[in-house]
Amino acid sequence: MRDYEKYIRYRTFPTPWCPGCGDGVILKSIAMAFSELKLDPNEIIVVAGIGCSGRMPTYFNTNTLHTTHGRALTFATGIKLARPEKLVVVISGDGDALAIGGNHLIHAARRNIGIKMILINNGIYGMTGGQVSPMTPPKFITETTPYGNIEPQFHVTELLIASRATFVARETVNRLLPLKQVIKKSFQHPGFSVVEVMSNCHINLGRRNKMKHPLTMTKYIEENTLKKEDYEKLSFEERGQKFPVGTFVEDLDRLEYSDLYYNHIVPLAKQSQQGGKS
Amino acid sequence: MSQRQVLQGNYIIAKAALAAGCNFFAGYPITPSSEIAQYMSKEMPKINRAFIQMEDEIASLGACIGASLAGKKSMTATSGPGFSLMQEHLGLAAMAEVPVVIVNVMRGGPSTGMPTKPSQSDIMQTRWGTHGDHPIIALYPAFSDEIFMETIRAFNLAEKFWNPVVLLLDEVLGKAHEDIEIPEPGSYEVFQAAPNQIENLNIYDRNMGENPPRVDFFQGYPIHIDGLEHDSHGWPSFEPKTVDKMQRLRMEKIFHNLDEIIAFKEYEVDDADILLFSFGVSARSALAAVQLAREQGIKVGLFQALTIWPFPRAALQKRMKKSKKVLTIEMNLGQAKYEVERIAPCDVECRTLLRANGVPFNPSEVLQAIKEM
Repeated sequence: MRDYEKYIRYRTFPTPWCPGCGDGVILKSIAMAFSELKLDPNEIIVVAGIGCSGRMPTYFNTNTLHTTHGRALTFATGIKLARPEKLVVVISGDGDALAIGGNHLIHAARRNIGIKMILINNGIYGMTGGQVSPMTPPKFITETTPYGNIEPQFHVTELLIASRATFVARETVNRLLPLKQVIKKSFQHPGFSVVEVMSNCHINLGRRNKMKHPLTMTKYIEENTLKKEDYEKLSFEERGQKFPVGTFVEDLDRLEYSDLYYNHIVPLAKQSQQGGKS
Repeated sequence: MSQRQVLQGNYIIAKAALAAGCNFFAGYPITPSSEIAQYMSKEMPKINRAFIQMEDEIASLGACIGASLAGKKSMTATSGPGFSLMQEHLGLAAMAEVPVVIVNVMRGGPSTGMPTKPSQSDIMQTRWGTHGDHPIIALYPAFSDEIFMETIRAFNLAEKFWNPVVLLLDEVLGKAHEDIEIPEPGSYEVFQAAPNQIENLNIYDRNMGENPPRVDFFQGYPIHIDGLEHDSHGWPSFEPKTVDKMQRLRMEKIFHNLDEIIAFKEYEVDDADILLFSFGVSARSALAAVQLAREQGIKVGLFQALTIWPFPRAALQKRMKKSKKVLTIEMNLGQAKYEVERIAPCDVECRTLLRANGVPFNPSEVLQAIKEM
């Protein structure tokens, strides 16, 4: 048994994911990050919402919580504020985090509460059979855009930066080592962190868009992946469906929410009590 | 020495919550319950307890459930529109068996309705608001001392039965400043489930009717909690036998323990020919009307429900059998009356006094209805 395997709950296998799905890669990368940081499984909690990503916590041999659609961050906020010393990880998909859970995402980012979010972006609602998501590329055919998608995607990193997130990064399922490294780095970040992982859904997105083989789809992701520096050199037109990978924000100066609450608000409140005012 | 003071109903709830050991509060501002959050934001940090204002009511209840699973006693407070939003997570708390106290200071509805006017129109939403069969406990105090004690009881029942508990309060009682003698700590029970050293994943395993053992994260053994239907290990399972057992386990923990959960008060019922059934602020009007009627020689009594869900069926049936006439008084267009009619013996005449215009009943109006029986 390899080191990282102690973080995987094999007894709950098999997973519901289709063969070739990027979720397996992400599951392993997270387990490897746990392992390299030598974390005690009982000191970790993995929370998720609904969808293919929502099923991931079941397979971690840590404390795990499967919640409601889009709202894993709210449960995680309660856990983190209740037990700030624990590692609280949230796994979310693009529909989960950016459509139904969009409000919770921007507020968790703004608060800088120390939750480590892995945002799996496969551009589709996979579990429900392939309906358009806020991250489906324009013109793509889905079950609910049979004539092509007319909505633009979010710029996720920009959205998070505008929401004052203190750690924002993006990687892809094709780049295993950088993916594991950036997840590990995000786990060490004190405040709110998001690692967006570009993943493949060849079954529910690719199949309807001439990419039914997992390798065709991962190749599509690879062709559109650019290092942050290279992406910035491109003109607006050249960027198109390409996306940069790397770490976009890493702000270590802003204090984490529960740190601020217990080490700033609590002493202030206690002081006011001693002052005799009720 | 207990202290006598004049306090707003919302503050009584907040003070009682602190006394019950509430150490996590998440909420979102809404009239007429905001004073509870305001009080908690000021007092909780003084004793190293957590307060957070979330981005909406869905998030507030989510945070409370998360904190409960991390070992805290948590509470949120809201009103009708916020309570509607909370239904999603109320279902999760029932499904995953998580203790949490939800205060609903009711206002006129539907929709935005009348934020500053009372109404008792969330009775049925409290029971059936979230989808699926689910157990629920709902308490409904009417007087200031009851507001304090029912809040304590709400925490105790949540902790004992590992279930969400809704504390209903009428807008007028949340906002009114009333005389109250805060009971001495130690003069009432504060229940705290014993820490459970979890040694295996079989966390929901128990016999029918038993309370679940305490299931917290970080208790030495990593566990899984799920909003999907699950087996006794918490693993997702749709296996028909398992599903049937888990559904019944969740309901039966309530129905096997009705004696402990159901509370009510009876006034002048022993010789009553007419029985009034009411709760909250309407029960106060009804009680005043009972006194007026008795002065005029009318034999009338009042059954005041303190536990509204599960419905105090057996106790109310017993009284109805003697009185033969029952008048349900509620500030809505008829909700609890359906429960009364459903359980009434066939020779009992059921009448109602209903109103949903934001004005509590005047005792003389109740007296008039009694005379018309």
